[in-house]
Amino acid sequence: MSNVLIIGATSAIAIAFARQCASRKDRLFLVARNATRLQMLVDDLQARGAVAIASQLLDVSRLDRHVEVLSAAVKFLKILDVVLIAHGSLPDQQVCETNPSALQQALQINGNATINLLALVANRLQSQHCGALLVISSVAGDRGRASNYVYGAAKAAVSTFASGLRNRLYRDNVRVITVKPGFVDTPMTVSFDKGLLWAQPETIARGMQRAIDRRRNVVYLPAFWRWIMWLIRAVPESIFKRLSL
Amino acid sequence: MVSARRHPICSDEGIRSQLKQGFQGISRGLGRSYGDSALAAAVLDLTGLDCIRSFDHRRGIIHCYAGISLQELLSVIVPSGWFLPVTPGTRFVTLGGAVASDVHGKNHHLDGCISAFVEQLEIMTANGDVLVCSQTEHSDLFHASCGGMGLTGVIVSICLRLRAVRSCYIEQTTLRAENLQVAFELFAENQGASYSVAWLDCLARGDNLGRSVVMLGEHADSGGLKMQYKAQFAMPLDMPTGLLNSSVVRNFNRLYYRHAVNGQEKEVYFVPFFYPLDRLAHWNRLYGKQGFLQYQFVVPEDAAFVVMTEVLSRISAAQLGSFLCVLKATGPGNANYLSFPLQGMSLALDFSFTLSLLPLLNELDAIVVDHGGRIYLAKDARMSAAIFRRAYPKWQIFSQVRENYGAAGVFCSAQSNRLGLDG
Ligand SMILES: NC(=O)c1ccc[n+]([C@@H]2O[C@H](COP(=O)([O-])OP(=O)(O)OC[C@H]3O[C@@H](n4cnc5c(N)ncnc54)[C@H](OP(=O)(O)O)[C@@H]3O)[C@@H](O)[C@H]2O)c1
Repeated sequence: MSNVLIIGATSAIAIAFARQCASRKDRLFLVARNATRLQMLVDDLQARGAVAIASQLLDVSRLDRHVEVLSAAVKFLKILDVVLIAHGSLPDQQVCETNPSALQQALQINGNATINLLALVANRLQSQHCGALLVISSVAGDRGRASNYVYGAAKAAVSTFASGLRNRLYRDNVRVITVKPGFVDTPMTVSFDKGLLWAQPETIARGMQRAIDRRRNVVYLPAFWRWIMWLIRAVPESIFKRLSL
Repeated sequence: MVSARRHPICSDEGIRSQLKQGFQGISRGLGRSYGDSALAAAVLDLTGLDCIRSFDHRRGIIHCYAGISLQELLSVIVPSGWFLPVTPGTRFVTLGGAVASDVHGKNHHLDGCISAFVEQLEIMTANGDVLVCSQTEHSDLFHASCGGMGLTGVIVSICLRLRAVRSCYIEQTTLRAENLQVAFELFAENQGASYSVAWLDCLARGDNLGRSVVMLGEHADSGGLKMQYKAQFAMPLDMPTGLLNSSVVRNFNRLYYRHAVNGQEKEVYFVPFFYPLDRLAHWNRLYGKQGFLQYQFVVPEDAAFVVMTEVLSRISAAQLGSFLCVLKATGPGNANYLSFPLQGMSLALDFSFTLSLLPLLNELDAIVVDHGGRIYLAKDARMSAAIFRRAYPKWQIFSQVRENYGAAGVFCSAQSNRLGLDG
């Protein structure tokens, strides 16, 4: 039995992860912004066997509320064994190119908010000398592409920040796991045509659990994305800039 | 190819907001209906509305949102000693879809359709209201919606009474029937078996017409409730057209029959017993690009032998090999306006699609309906409006209920159009 904190709990990937936790009879603290859906999820996890659940509403762009929400989680769970930061939003790249407030908002949710939470949670885990901190970044953060570099830049910042934290917290027995999903069939990507490369949220959730069990650092999910991204990173910039990916 | 606007739904608020914006179309679960019942210009994708509301472990009552898959449901209920009261031959359907098709299973002869175990439904009608309905409350809406193919409103949640089990294993008995007569006799002799079904070789002719392997099942008492998780195999691509031609099918069916050991009893895990095809994802690709058609009909007991003999002779003569052919004794019908089963025998066939198939199926329609039978809407892609009206005489009541709850003109599918239900 573990104590699990999930931020962005109503994300499709987070729901799949939370259900795995519930069936193992974990204790859960869920944070999300939509009250109705959060309550639906709480009932669902209870029915699936979660031993104790509490929840808190939070719009993650409200950085000023992060401390308060985290304290509530710590108060309920006492020890944080696993923390998952899952929220995110896929901005309209073209709108961000011309509309500075859309750009700021995308960076705020996917970048700043995530990093602020990482920073706060990291300190807590450091003080308890244990715990696994998972953050969902993205393959999109591995290289900037014309079609979604705003989202990509925010995710790159998250990956880099997580890598620094991992380095810092290693001696404190705190594990930081960067999760880089490829294409996942979730509400975020409903408008995309789905092909062979697409994975289901349950697959990603199983991969995240495996990453915890096997003490991994950076995981691509599904794993074949490691090789795709290795290739994509290997293309020299002089060529890459000409491609439309 | 039909392209549709897909609206992912995660809460009943999501459905309501679509309705406010003038939604016209149909709800969709996992899209496993064989025909065109979940096709429309716009679809509400309910697979994201998949939370469990409550699960009473003691009484075996589970209340779920409609988008939960049977697979997911099983993974929650089996470990605590419960099972689906009725299950179709695949677990990759949603509970909402199962109720909208009022599915039956291998226990239909004893237990009826899934609606018999539905304590209540919540249905969102066209104006966005959520109505609770059951056999006693808004019973007209209940009887129209169970088996109503999503045409009355959106089934939001289902409260289901489960069946207690002590094990996730099934004691399976295999019996060989060298022809249809024997198969019928075996069904009659084994009316008390919890589950019964026959795989029928529909290319066998003459004295062997209707040769089949009858399978009976009982929930085992031992073996425990621990679920096994096995990977699915997947057909990566469409196979060449004609791979499943009649000689391949003939040989497969022949081998299947020979391989079956008469009277063999063994304990099998519930998944291969109930869901033999689920192991192979995208098995439909076996039929190649042009695909296949399913055809399932039921005929009343007194006419069953004559009709089945006639149907099998025609298929066999036309050399339109059906790979999967499933025979089942069905119990009494129910009060739902468009539910499929009635007391008698049902036969499900699937055919590799060719144009010459359509006239054959039209002929079969006529034979079935002339004898008081009907064709299963969840598998139908081609029945005519005239046949539908004869097969489902309560269609007018159904239409009236749709009218009364404002569903007409809002909830409609390619199938409802074809069947003349949309005026
Ligand atoms: N889907 C993919 O292909 C893919 C690929 C790589 C990485 N990812 C990442 O995976 C994570 C999970 O996404 P998903 O695919 O599961 O999509 P999703 O179901 O759309 O989940 C995104 C979640 O973020 C929440 N969210 C957005 N803005 C928020 C805010 N300001 N405050 C609080 N919560 C907020 C959303 O809340 P609401 O439910 O209230 O809208 C939603 O639950 C994200 O970090 C995403 O960037 C996804």
